[in-house]
Amino acid sequence: MIGVLALQGGFKEHIDILTKLELEACEIRTREELMREEVTGLIIPGGESTVMGKFIDEFNLRSPICARAQNPKFKIYGTCAGLILLAKEVPNLKGEPLALLDVTVERNAYGSQLDSFITDFGSFIRAPKITRVGEGVEVVMTHEDLPVLVREKNIWGGTFHPELVGNVEIHRMIFDRE
Amino acid sequence: MFNEAGKNLAQMLKGGVIMDVTNAEQAAIAEKAGACAVMALERVPSDIRAQGGVARMSAPEMIKSIQAVATIPVMAKVRIGHTMEAKILEALNVDFIDESEVLTPADPFAHVDKKSFTIPFVCGATNLGEALRRISEGASMIRTKGEAGTGNVIEAVRHIKTMKREIEELKSMSDEQLANAAKEMRVDVELVKQVRDLGRLPVVNFAAGGVATPADAALCMELGCDGVFVGSGIFKSSDPAKVAHAVVQAVIHYKDAKKLAEISEGLGEAMPGLEISTLDVRMQQRGL
Repeated sequence: MIGVLALQGGFKEHIDILTKLELEACEIRTREELMREEVTGLIIPGGESTVMGKFIDEFNLRSPICARAQNPKFKIYGTCAGLILLAKEVPNLKGEPLALLDVTVERNAYGSQLDSFITDFGSFIRAPKITRVGEGVEVVMTHEDLPVLVREKNIWGGTFHPELVGNVEIHRMIFDRE
Repeated sequence: MFNEAGKNLAQMLKGGVIMDVTNAEQAAIAEKAGACAVMALERVPSDIRAQGGVARMSAPEMIKSIQAVATIPVMAKVRIGHTMEAKILEALNVDFIDESEVLTPADPFAHVDKKSFTIPFVCGATNLGEALRRISEGASMIRTKGEAGTGNVIEAVRHIKTMKREIEELKSMSDEQLANAAKEMRVDVELVKQVRDLGRLPVVNFAAGGVATPADAALCMELGCDGVFVGSGIFKSSDPAKVAHAVVQAVIHYKDAKKLAEISEGLGEAMPGLEISTLDVRMQQRGL
């Protein structure tokens, strides 16, 4: 069962995509929900990184997320704000990211909502940019010469939202293997 | 019909609280408390109601001062039908425009033609017809009108339940009845069919107008809203930072009564409330 962090943002859209792939999904708001054995992966959705980051700490979710990330079979996928929270370095974030993915991410790097855009594989909404990719990090997808989907072992991060355009392929690639 | 990128931004606001702020200091408090966006305006609705006069778009310098401190989306209000205020806000690069009944309407005949803008719009509605007319005009997000500045949630609840009932009624209608309903609501029948098939509005739908406490916010979520706007409820309470934080938590944990009880404790005085029947001005009747 894939857990979707449901503190704020577009969590329902991820659950819909997982359901389309016939993968079981559940909402995660508490430490207890996250530590359940049936939960074998985690999605950190898009939304506001300041809000999610704040409540990851207030609801004591940081240490269990980091603990589960140590298991190479436990895949974590962050989209947009989710990527920001997974990154090692985020210069303009108030608060500490989870630092599970060795990249530097710049928030709202394309500009304001006027600069948001939609492609056939996903939607870039006030999107961040990946400005540095660490040595152990693989660039899985690029768009206009910028990395937009990266992975470091079991940790995946994307700057765009496949779930907002009904694209199931990214989730299939990450979670529907083995 | 939709501003798709705007509709997507609204999806990112779901499960969150959008707070009215009147200066940079309040914006910082709101963001720190966990707001997912702020609404920049000159006076909160309860002050507009008390002071009277014509309420207009905020001054650009005030909006800019809030943009300078906020890292979350910044919204601002225009008067109903005031296309030029909307163009000014677009030029200021705000993230969302609220064409709002809280300000004094500018056009007695029409709303802003929102389709001609790149910036997304949110609009208020008291029922399904109003919501669908605003969506047809290009709104990317809908909120209930409620009755702003009263601290009284009854009108927001009325609008949520009315819309839900009207969507439910669509499900049992024949094609002919649907065509009639579309005609009555003055919208395209295809939009009405889309709502029937989805069982909800095709855009994000927030509660607004009269939400004053964490319990009010949780009630709106329980009734099926995607998130909550809080206006006067935060900065007219005795401890804004605490109330703001509590309302955000209540929206996350709205299903957990035990947590709501903890969240609701020790918040000080809520904003003073007003009984609807005593009001001189019902903002919800503006711009139908």
